[in-house]
Amino acid sequence: MIYPAVDLSLPVAFAVAFFLLVGAALALIGAIGFLRLPSFYERLHAPALGTSWGIGGIMLASMIYFTAASSRLVIHEILIGIFVTFTTPITFMLLARAALHRDRTARSHGVPRKYPIGPEERPREDDEPQAS
Amino acid sequence: MLPYPILTISLTLMWMLLNSFTLGHLILGALVAVFASWAMASLRPEKPKLNKWYLLPKLFFIVLYDIALSNIAVAWLIIRGRTKGGKAGFLTIPLEIKDRTALALLATILTSTPGSVWLEYDSYDGSILMHVLDLEEEEQWIATIKNRYEKLLMEIFA
Repeated sequence: MIYPAVDLSLPVAFAVAFFLLVGAALALIGAIGFLRLPSFYERLHAPALGTSWGIGGIMLASMIYFTAASSRLVIHEILIGIFVTFTTPITFMLLARAALHRDRTARSHGVPRKYPIGPEERPREDDEPQAS
Repeated sequence: MLPYPILTISLTLMWMLLNSFTLGHLILGALVAVFASWAMASLRPEKPKLNKWYLLPKLFFIVLYDIALSNIAVAWLIIRGRTKGGKAGFLTIPLEIKDRTALALLATILTSTPGSVWLEYDSYDGSILMHVLDLEEEEQWIATIKNRYEKLLMEIFA
């Protein structure tokens, strides 16, 4: 059974409130940064606040609260943390690489271009002139 | 019988975390996990060669600590704005690791750290392209990645 929040002991309540506020604050700051940073590549960095310790803080708060309130170990929130940590970088990379590809195709300034020709045309050691 | 023992154990554990720690769910979860690992085997992914697996927790805590620090740094930068001279920028770093699992792990670590995003890996010359939010000292970024993460990853995935 789950006890109401009022019955929590003071240290537990403080710990829950602390982690919840830290996580929520990081998510909020990430959202603000997402809105305010000037370039696309810079904006990519802001949501990572919410998906690293933002989710971490809320996860810890939830684990502490439900463990204390239902008097048994509740740690399945860890799965949310693991999945968020391992899946969001894939989205970030996908978006970043799409932007990079577009900027390179458009010959934008300030975007590194490793080879004067496309990456699929770079020289290879094992390339041999084809006998015709 | 069990091509991926770690995967099977993790899946069983996940099943029991999501449901409950009872004998029935242990059996059911183990069955699901065994079938899932057979499905994984038919995809034939490259098997990661774990050499010093006991260093993984060390890597985990280092990463947790670094992510906490960069959370504070990036949050500060968003709230207070940039200090004079600080700017975001691209960074090319030559790497020595070739193991695909280690590279995937490094990509996940770097991208989930606020303030750095992994853009691409070039298997031709073994270098990565990153974008960092605060490109204050290029050498410091390179040194951090090479000494802090790459060395440890090379030890784990020998």
